[in-house]
Amino acid sequence: MQEFCKRGYLIEEELPEPPSEERLRDKRPVAYIECPQRIPCSPCKEACRFDAVIMETINDTPKVDYEKCTGCMACIRVCPGLAIFMLQIKDDKGYVTLQYEFLPWLKKGDRVLVLNRKGEVIGEGVIAWALNPERNDRTQLVTVEVDKDLIFEARAVKKVVE
Amino acid sequence: MSRLQEHPIVDFKRGKEVTIYFNGKPIKAYEGETVAAALYAAGIRVFSRSFRFHRPRGFFCAIGKCSACMMEVDGIPNVRICKVYVRDGMQIRTQNAYPSAENDALAIFDRIIDRFFPHGSHYKKFTSSKTLREIATKQMRKIAGIGEFPKALPKEEADYEEINADIAIVGGGPAGLSAAIYAGRLGAKVVLMDENPYLGGQLIKQTHRFFGSGEHYAGTRGIRIAEILTKEVKEIENVDVRTETKVFGIYGKTVAAVEKDRKLLKVNAKKIVIATGAYERTLIFENNDLPGVYGAGGVQTLMNVYGVKPGNRGLIVGSGNVGLILSYQLLQAGVDVAAIVEAMPFVGGYFVHAAKVRRLGVPIYTRHTILKALGEKKVERAIIVELDENWRPIEGTEKEIECDFICVAVGLSPAHELLYQAGCEMKFVPELGGLVPVRNKYGETTAEGVYVAGDVAGIEEATAAMMEGRIAGLDAAIKLGYGDEEAVKLRDKIVGELEEFRRGPFGERILRGLEKVVR
Repeated sequence: MQEFCKRGYLIEEELPEPPSEERLRDKRPVAYIECPQRIPCSPCKEACRFDAVIMETINDTPKVDYEKCTGCMACIRVCPGLAIFMLQIKDDKGYVTLQYEFLPWLKKGDRVLVLNRKGEVIGEGVIAWALNPERNDRTQLVTVEVDKDLIFEARAVKKVVE
Repeated sequence: MSRLQEHPIVDFKRGKEVTIYFNGKPIKAYEGETVAAALYAAGIRVFSRSFRFHRPRGFFCAIGKCSACMMEVDGIPNVRICKVYVRDGMQIRTQNAYPSAENDALAIFDRIIDRFFPHGSHYKKFTSSKTLREIATKQMRKIAGIGEFPKALPKEEADYEEINADIAIVGGGPAGLSAAIYAGRLGAKVVLMDENPYLGGQLIKQTHRFFGSGEHYAGTRGIRIAEILTKEVKEIENVDVRTETKVFGIYGKTVAAVEKDRKLLKVNAKKIVIATGAYERTLIFENNDLPGVYGAGGVQTLMNVYGVKPGNRGLIVGSGNVGLILSYQLLQAGVDVAAIVEAMPFVGGYFVHAAKVRRLGVPIYTRHTILKALGEKKVERAIIVELDENWRPIEGTEKEIECDFICVAVGLSPAHELLYQAGCEMKFVPELGGLVPVRNKYGETTAEGVYVAGDVAGIEEATAAMMEGRIAGLDAAIKLGYGDEEAVKLRDKIVGELEEFRRGPFGERILRGLEKVVR
């Protein structure tokens, strides 16, 4: 059994190959899939119209062709494992888009606590974009603006209660 | 107030406000709620007393499979209140307790008996003389008992209907529904029976998106899949759907059932599909019968179907997919999750499910188990402990966990009774969760024309249940002469997809189990 199954989270060495710095700085975000275990699941592949998600059989782990990925977010909308993150660096700031299914719903400008894979608070961020939850069967997609060095760390957000 | 007013995923549509009476005390409830959910929302935790020692009991499964919630309803004893819906003016009473289950005078026996006669010792203690044994047994029976003789008769008139059908399907969960849809589409006359007032089985509490392939609704929430399948089945004219219909017997090819508690059904079918699902398992630890120790599915029912919060802070025992998904759902309902404990050295369910609760700060203790639950009449705390390599508790590693409820998510057992009655050859297969029938790759058992699909065929995911249901429905209809080569092709395609689905590491155990029963 792989080590991450003992912990419940991935550590740096276990993460998938990152997109190039250049692709991250592209004007379109890029999908980054943290789904390292062979499970029978393929909606991300089926949702991708650009063949950017590579899987031979349903039990394979998905790999993203970062050059083919257009950042359209079709995969992140359906991922049942909440394992897809859209990453981007813009004007030297980092942006992470993630699936969010809690109340209160988030809106642009909301301040949030940013958490890492272990659930530790690693800082505060601001919501730069939020999809209306009704538009995706109540899985809100939210983009949080963080320090650009944190885009491979920030994996959850909690609304700051004022 | 433990009723959820808002929830990120579910809109709770509550009916008209009604008043029910619990041991004479009025309680507000909403139409559409079960008595168990309404009592729970009103803060009632002790639902019954154990037969012999009068220990307090709460509910456990919330889907009518255990007997922890039996009460007297309008004079009728031994009613599972998790399966009865509230009606204005309903009289509910706890039974086998004086004056009530909450404050039971006979509870004193629990303490005394525990001290002088440890549990089970009466089997040895009164065996020396026959007379003594008879006296002791008689007295113990008196304080045990299961309710009193009914004080009222049901008001409804009994009714009877005989139906002739091609295929009778027992169970309207993902497997039964899929079987009905696929057999129905080929033109077979199908009768689909389910004991609940709704279809969808346990899908109706699965608020998360499903895994699998898009063709089998991956990426769609379980609750939506229930809606989709229900709509599909109702569109097929030759499928006769009977809800609130409890199947109690299979005699050859005749299925006997009771519809809405007043109508006896005799369904003469050429083929039968049994898709009765599974029961939740419990786990042995001290005080595991204390109110507040629930099956994971019971909590899902309470929280996601009726919108009643199970408590403020829960401990989850078991890190299979059910335990992990439940933890996430508790967080969504605004309930704290103290921890997830897992006896194995690694997470039992999908890693991604673990990752999504872990990143929200829920600790997962692998190689740990629950030692005991603590509390007077309900759970107040729990003690967990680390296990060594031989699964023995390591002394000195006990940790006290603050929690007001405990969810046992240690797996399911197939609900196999009807299969036995139908005369199927059964086998105990641990990999499949317990007693399952011997069958062929289309799900046909050794009782000719009797098919099996879903969790009752072996505990797996709902996706596999849907595929099994489709295969069984198609095969049964094809054997009756419905459908053409296309139907045969479709059936074989789904058989192939199911094989592919099980080919990953999570399918290994299932495949090992299937080797023992699929001929």
